[in-house]
Amino acid sequence: MSENHTRSVDEPSYLKYKGRYRGIFAWIFSTDHKRIGLLYLWSILTFFIVGAILGLLMKMELISPGKNIMGPQTYNGFFTLHGIIMIFLIVIPGLPAVFGNFFLPIMIGAKDVAFPRLNLTSWWLYLLGAFVVLTSQFTGGGPPDTGWTFYAPYSFQTPTNMLPAVTGAFILGFSSILTGLNFIVTIHRMRAPGMGWFKMPLFPWSLYATGWIQVIATPIVGVTLLMIIAERVLNIGFFNPALGGDPILYQHLFWIYSHPAVYIMILPAMGAISEIIPTFARKTIFGYKAIIVSTIAIAFVGYFVWGHHMFTSGMSGVALYTFSILTFLVAIPSAIKVFNWVSTMHKASIILKTPFYWAVSFIFVFMIGGFSGLVLGALATNVHLHDTHFVVAHFHFIVFGGTGFAFLGAMHYWFPKIFGRKYDAGWANIGWITFFIGFITLYVPMFYLGIAGMPRRYYDYVEVFHGGNIISSFGSIILIAGIAIVIANLVKSAISGEKADQNPWGGRTLEWEVPSPPPLENFDEIPHVTRGPYDYS
Amino acid sequence: MEQTSGNTHIHRDDEASKIGMWLFIFTEMLLFGGLFIVYSIYRYLHPVAFELAAGELDVAVGTANTVILLISSMTIAMSITAMQKGNKKLTIALLGATLFLALAFLVNKYFEWGSKISHGLYPGSDRLHEFGHGDTLFFGLYYFMTGLHALHIIIGLVVIAFVMYRVHREMVHSTKFALLENTGLYWHLVDLIWIFLFPLFYLVT
Repeated sequence: MSENHTRSVDEPSYLKYKGRYRGIFAWIFSTDHKRIGLLYLWSILTFFIVGAILGLLMKMELISPGKNIMGPQTYNGFFTLHGIIMIFLIVIPGLPAVFGNFFLPIMIGAKDVAFPRLNLTSWWLYLLGAFVVLTSQFTGGGPPDTGWTFYAPYSFQTPTNMLPAVTGAFILGFSSILTGLNFIVTIHRMRAPGMGWFKMPLFPWSLYATGWIQVIATPIVGVTLLMIIAERVLNIGFFNPALGGDPILYQHLFWIYSHPAVYIMILPAMGAISEIIPTFARKTIFGYKAIIVSTIAIAFVGYFVWGHHMFTSGMSGVALYTFSILTFLVAIPSAIKVFNWVSTMHKASIILKTPFYWAVSFIFVFMIGGFSGLVLGALATNVHLHDTHFVVAHFHFIVFGGTGFAFLGAMHYWFPKIFGRKYDAGWANIGWITFFIGFITLYVPMFYLGIAGMPRRYYDYVEVFHGGNIISSFGSIILIAGIAIVIANLVKSAISGEKADQNPWGGRTLEWEVPSPPPLENFDEIPHVTRGPYDYS
Repeated sequence: MEQTSGNTHIHRDDEASKIGMWLFIFTEMLLFGGLFIVYSIYRYLHPVAFELAAGELDVAVGTANTVILLISSMTIAMSITAMQKGNKKLTIALLGATLFLALAFLVNKYFEWGSKISHGLYPGSDRLHEFGHGDTLFFGLYYFMTGLHALHIIIGLVVIAFVMYRVHREMVHSTKFALLENTGLYWHLVDLIWIFLFPLFYLVT
């Protein structure tokens, strides 16, 4: 965006920079936003492998009716831990914590985030929360079995070890709030001179909207989790019908946060896609302002749709209609984004590279996820599909498909910048297509199974569901193979790949104007921004 | 926006830290906001029980604590003005007064809770369960909300003591007092929440 940043040749990159500490301490005590981004990347990768293996084991249990490799209690523990890990430890921090930390300051032309020490604190809180959550597996009355939603009254009646799980989720919420707060202030205060709000790239824009959701929605679930803790410890009765409490109230309070949390997961993913597509289409993004407005609209309307998780829980008719119509409204800004991405590609001379494959497959799975969301948002069909495998398929298409494809797209897009190395494009493409085929094979049969009536969260099923489950379990093996190829290729390339150029894809945003990998302070001189972010003219 | 060059991350932006603090205050308000929702729903469901249970609380102690917190908000606001005028001694004295008042609040709270508990009114107690659902929920909310608020007072005590130390060591001074100002903002928030808790539990009958 600005011209020539000559810099001293000998300035070490952020990977090599030597600070006050040595060895691993140079990383875990670093306040550099880039190192913190990588700390999150490695933590998330570790947890993801655990979560994915849990998922695989559940699919192996479901490969045929009856007990195969685990009993009902183990299965309950598995889906609970799988959900907690995937939601709280992976997709909620996900793109903001990894790529937001790494690229937000660079993309807006700053040297770091507004509060670097607070940023490091967030990572430590994340790690502490993860640790507390995981202790629930090995202590007390055994692994929690409520599902990741901790629904009352079961969550304070089950003899399993709920306290650490709920406390850990509370701490993770704190970490999430601090990251969001940090990003909002960074965007307000640290944009480079000349970078007006409408010259800011779309990934920072999506982080801005996400930051607000994190700040506004998370405290509600925070206090709700505290109330669950109080229920278990003090037997107060907030959600206990025997003492006059209302379990449905718990569901409301929980989803007031946890529905907006879905947008914490998907908005940064959409932001990353909005970066990848113009770069490989060599074109200004179509409808830049429309994408921004739709981002804010999704964040805003997303607050008022939580009731669609509770259509069968008991609500007044008026509430049902209202939540249903609002749910349909969210589809509009989401569709606007899809139209914009597709229009950007229209008549463009597209360069087919791995990040672009991830981006277009994101659009594909996101649309399937989105449309199936409308099926669930409609009142009549919801009654039939509630708590079936259809729901499982839907949210995996959005949460895993949406966030996961965008995360890996972003990973392949920014990899040369982060590590200063190229990855093996052949293996990257093989990894992508395996992942994609596995994903579709795993989750599409679940739509069919759900419509046929197979409930979720059971370790067993009747014979009639066998066929779909075989295909689905088979898909999970392909998917795991795809994940393994992608991870192995990237890890190997990060260690021993060829050196990458400063701007391998011809991107036009600011991160491509600093060396790969960037030096500690990103810019020698804060750039002066004179043009929009996707100027390919 | 100020930005220092060189190889360090030293970067000072008081405006940024104030925005950060305000955002944090939003999150705190929403944290209690969730509880206010729960309170209003259960009050709507059990109006008579809530009214009678509120009569059990000691309005005099509640009023005393309200006055204490209001004065403490004033003293911390004055300490910021004193800092701006460069009067270090007065700043420390006023912060000390704030600390003292916060402690006084907690002492009052201790005796108030103590007397309720000695009457058998605490979460999960048999006596409360005999009274019925409305009373159980009222006292559950009372202990939970005032307890969470008291926790904020305790955190405030630690933070104010820390700021006093920084003022004493002149790490906070008349041209660099964002930390003191943000502590003041936090303390006003704690005060504000009490301003809502007091009528909801003690006065609305």
